[in-house]
Amino acid sequence: MAGLTYTILDATNMSTAEVYGKALEHLADNYDNVVGLTADLAKSTKIGVLAEKHPDRLYNMGIAEQNLFGVAAGMASAGLVPYVSTFAIFTSMRALDQVHTDICYQNLNVKMIATHGGLSFGQAGSTHHCTEDIGIMRTMANLTIVVPADGISAAEAVTAAYSKEGPVYIRLNRGYDQPVYDTSECDFQIGKSIELAEGSDLTIIACGAAVYRAREAASILRNSDGIHARVIDMHTIKPIDRDAILKAVHDTRRIITVEDHNIIGGLGSAVAEVMAESGKACAFKRLGVPDTFSIIGLHEDLMAHYGFDMNGIASAARELMNRDFEEDDDWDDEL
Amino acid sequence: MGLSEKEFLELDEKAKEMRHLILDTVQWAGGAHVGGSLSAADILTLLYYKYLNIDPGKPDWEDRDRFVLSKGHIGVGLAPFLADKGYIDRELLKTYNHTGSSLGMHLDKNKVPGLDASTGSLGHGLPISLGMALAAKQRGKSYKTWCLLGDGECNEGSVWEAAMAASHHKADNLIAMVDRNRCMMDGSTEDVMALEPFADKWRAFGFNVLEVDGHDLKALAEAMETALEAGDKPTVIICQTVKGCGVESISGDYRYHYASFDPEKTRLFKEEISSYHAKRREEKK
Repeated sequence: MAGLTYTILDATNMSTAEVYGKALEHLADNYDNVVGLTADLAKSTKIGVLAEKHPDRLYNMGIAEQNLFGVAAGMASAGLVPYVSTFAIFTSMRALDQVHTDICYQNLNVKMIATHGGLSFGQAGSTHHCTEDIGIMRTMANLTIVVPADGISAAEAVTAAYSKEGPVYIRLNRGYDQPVYDTSECDFQIGKSIELAEGSDLTIIACGAAVYRAREAASILRNSDGIHARVIDMHTIKPIDRDAILKAVHDTRRIITVEDHNIIGGLGSAVAEVMAESGKACAFKRLGVPDTFSIIGLHEDLMAHYGFDMNGIASAARELMNRDFEEDDDWDDEL
Repeated sequence: MGLSEKEFLELDEKAKEMRHLILDTVQWAGGAHVGGSLSAADILTLLYYKYLNIDPGKPDWEDRDRFVLSKGHIGVGLAPFLADKGYIDRELLKTYNHTGSSLGMHLDKNKVPGLDASTGSLGHGLPISLGMALAAKQRGKSYKTWCLLGDGECNEGSVWEAAMAASHHKADNLIAMVDRNRCMMDGSTEDVMALEPFADKWRAFGFNVLEVDGHDLKALAEAMETALEAGDKPTVIICQTVKGCGVESISGDYRYHYASFDPEKTRLFKEEISSYHAKRREEKK
């Protein structure tokens, strides 16, 4: 990754958004058309770091998200590459008309870096939880959607977004994410999932905070149950990596999706669409927030409460392994 | 400066010609937003034939002035100008609103050369324009950004979010214009959602405020020139206009926000427009 030298040690000392802020600063050092915009959340989203070296390139629009995204659209149409940061819930809902009409419809080069995604702002309650954004954003034509697993992949995504012409939505969490990658192992390309563990018994497809939990669950399953689970970091939700999903359907015939999002409309739905259209039967389970407004609490506790922490994922995997399949002679026909 | 007598006569003739073409386009479209198109026609005439620094041969020219039609529903009022300037084929106007045409009720900037923003949902144009204006400063460009708003549209909170930010960020290269025809879908602006004291609102938000008769080409030209030379603030020109201006039988009637008419009615309306311009020329020259 050009210009970035973070290691796993750096990343563990910084929140995911801080790593994002640093990545943006590097981009701004290298490209003079990069600007940052926020709506009174320069500190919370860490986009404020940009102002340390480039004070004239950070625009605070005050607490006014509609104007925030409209201004970003105008800037992009005039040749700048705006990175816009506010909380995910305000990006995907408060200013959705602007995101839809000004940015996605006009196919403008705006990078929306939405923080406090999923239940990561757990104690703030449902006004600040955001478990709907992936579902909403997935229906915006022209939009690329990325949900990085940790700080390193967030930095990779933010950097990759610069080279990806058109609107991009990157969803980050609040605070610290458990590190999944160090720089040497994260081969990040938008639209290309990463296989974190090999396995042929079932596949766990995860995004965001769920990726670390999925990998931990796979480790438990392998060591305690002798179940070999493939783990895929599906960091790009749109366009989704169809090949990786179809291969998982073919090879393992059991898929669990895990996401810090309502189980309706997000990663699970995106995977299910590909799977259903493949014509191949597959045992399938979506883990995430079960179509409810979440209780309040710490992010870790909430993931456990709704059954998508490492133990919840492991339990779902054991259950799925008990499902029987009838032999299907034609299984290999189309691969 | 303002307009010379010769310019006034030429521009008035152009405004008449464009009003005729707007009516033709409304008829070809099988119905469109006629009232607000006619109220904005004089403003658009001055912009497209005198004040916008643009080059139809280079619609993506980086240094061009930007124009954002925030009241995006009058695409039928703007497309004839883009055709007349040569951005699009004049024949295309005959396909307006037809299935598969690149011209529809709300124009799409990715399909219509010369259009700087796709608008339609109200309250979006001023924030977009502000972004263009701030980008000019960021990139060291001297172009101006003009934004035409409807008055009813100024009910939208996002207009005032942008107004606040434009003044805070000292966007002195931004010129907002309001087509103050005092009509909206459900009636008079003051009956549906009162805007007055409208000029005071803009002043309070930190704008230079100019108020002008939006159908007096000479006065309007002077206001535009004042706006171009304004100091350290954004400017708004509140243009007092008449919905359906030029067609006496519908002018001022909010029910002609959107209308369709047959070729005979179009012919009669065009005659009214010719009379209107003849009278106005006599009065103003």
